[in-house]
Amino acid sequence: MIQDNPMAGIGVEKLSHSVRDQIIGLLPRYPCKQAVTLPALHIVQDELRCVPFWAMREIADILDLSPAEVHDTMSFYGFFRTGEDPLGKTRLWVCRSLACQLRGGDDLLSQFCKKLGVSPTETTGDGMITLEFAECIGACEGAPAVMVNDEHRLNIDQPEKVDALIEELRAL
Amino acid sequence: MAYEPVLLGRANKADSTSLEGYRRDGGYETLGRILKEMTCDQVTEAVKSSGLRGRGGAGFPTGLKWTFLPKGHPGPIYLCVNVDESEPCTFNNRVLVEKDPHQVLEGIALSAYAVKASTAYFYIRYEYGAGMRIMQKAIDEAYAAGILGKNILGSNYSLDVFIHRGAGAYICGEETGLIESLEGKRAWPRIKPPFPAIEGAFRKPTIVNNPETLANVVHILQKGSDWFKSIGVPPDPKNPRDPGSYGPKLYCISGHVNSPGVVELPLGVTVRQLITDHGGGVWKGKKAKGCIPGGNSMGVMTEAEFDTPLDFNGPGRVGCLGLGTGAVTVFDEDTSIVDVLHNLCRFFQHESCGQCTPCREGTGWMFKIIDRFAKGQGRGEDLAVLEEIADKIGIMPGTTICGLADGAGWPVKNAIRKFRPEFEKYIQDGSSKRSKPLPMAAH
Repeated sequence: MIQDNPMAGIGVEKLSHSVRDQIIGLLPRYPCKQAVTLPALHIVQDELRCVPFWAMREIADILDLSPAEVHDTMSFYGFFRTGEDPLGKTRLWVCRSLACQLRGGDDLLSQFCKKLGVSPTETTGDGMITLEFAECIGACEGAPAVMVNDEHRLNIDQPEKVDALIEELRAL
Repeated sequence: MAYEPVLLGRANKADSTSLEGYRRDGGYETLGRILKEMTCDQVTEAVKSSGLRGRGGAGFPTGLKWTFLPKGHPGPIYLCVNVDESEPCTFNNRVLVEKDPHQVLEGIALSAYAVKASTAYFYIRYEYGAGMRIMQKAIDEAYAAGILGKNILGSNYSLDVFIHRGAGAYICGEETGLIESLEGKRAWPRIKPPFPAIEGAFRKPTIVNNPETLANVVHILQKGSDWFKSIGVPPDPKNPRDPGSYGPKLYCISGHVNSPGVVELPLGVTVRQLITDHGGGVWKGKKAKGCIPGGNSMGVMTEAEFDTPLDFNGPGRVGCLGLGTGAVTVFDEDTSIVDVLHNLCRFFQHESCGQCTPCREGTGWMFKIIDRFAKGQGRGEDLAVLEEIADKIGIMPGTTICGLADGAGWPVKNAIRKFRPEFEKYIQDGSSKRSKPLPMAAH
């Protein structure tokens, strides 16, 4: 999915029928089509691990919007990745909020960086794990905490737990 | 007498999330009865008379908010459930949704009925994947049982509830930011008025409430306003405008305590009681240095201020912004205040939505200055500059559209005022006195 030319793939690649159907299926929930923008971006990114320009144009087409409107919304949320910068298979977020920092969150993040050989926002060479820092993930009772995709993992407070988690994610 | 939890009363049951379990405990009986016996306006009146105030942070009286809807509006009217819960160190709504989704759903249905909403959007932050799936299952069960959808529980009232997932932006917790995000736009808060009750989602009247607030509605309608008012703190007799701090509150405790978690208590517990009686005390036998009393935005409290009651008035008496989310994060005596403030400033500069220049630039400047401190390059005039920025960004000075910047400035003002000698010494000594980053296996 990595493209040097942002226009590459336009008119060539297509969203799958399943993705299009999921997006279209949400339309009746809202009084205007634009409201499906965020859900559509989620659906596409779940499938493609990014939202390339050609997919953005297709979303715009389904929602009767200008691609610029979809891009405007998408670019607001640092959550979505462009075609040049796709996610790895699993996204691992390390919380850097105060509650986690007070219990070693900074050290936890640097351990993941070291052991995975990447900086936050980068993906391991094998494409398996994208490491991110997160602002508070709302799991403060289990600080320091991380998130595997959208699921919390609490009390990652020993180097062995870091190793075990990395091993688990590499095996996925 | 020990307080008996109501909102979390079912949280430890084995099948706390199932419809069957909820019904076995009398769940949805209140909804069925209210739909038969009370008009929408009577429900609003009951909630108004209970004195319930919003649990999301601002503490606005919930029933009063509902009365701002235009009378006789032809509809549609929307209810937005604010489960963005991005205020750092706050997780009470996550626990509530994960442990007892049907209670929240019954609160949604009752409140939607009161405000005559035909659709409720359950806006949940992306980070709550488990909560989202638990709630979706509860919604599916409720539809199948005729509790949601057309003519719920055989009444004339119909309601749809849809989940809408966020994408990791703090500003979506601001109610008009949430509405913009729901509409598929960047989550830039709107200039008010018009308030959402007049013109909200899709330009229609809209009420935005958080799950804890809505869960309280179930118990108010079940047990009555007098019961609700028997819990918490009555209005300050010296302040005729104080509506009081009634009812239960879900408090979060995190940071340097032995047992972090969520606890339900009557509004008005002190920070000290919370830490000692419910958080297992400060860890490692140490003393506390201070805390963040209600999420990052509320400012900083010193240990000497720990006897402050956490009701809607208490934190303000010691210079904090307010009760906020009731999430207390404790830091021990060995923690550098510079490290604490560095973390808070980093958060706000990252999460400023960028719409208003004073906030976008101001939060960035504050972080740059405090980051300079942390690198041992603080300058004598920096404290005055920090205070000046903190004073000039926000709704209160009138320079921004929403309150994010007020919340960003408050901990800066509080920390400098309450810990000035430590900042001055830090600047003088450079980085040599910085507390070492805690190792991960610190406990």
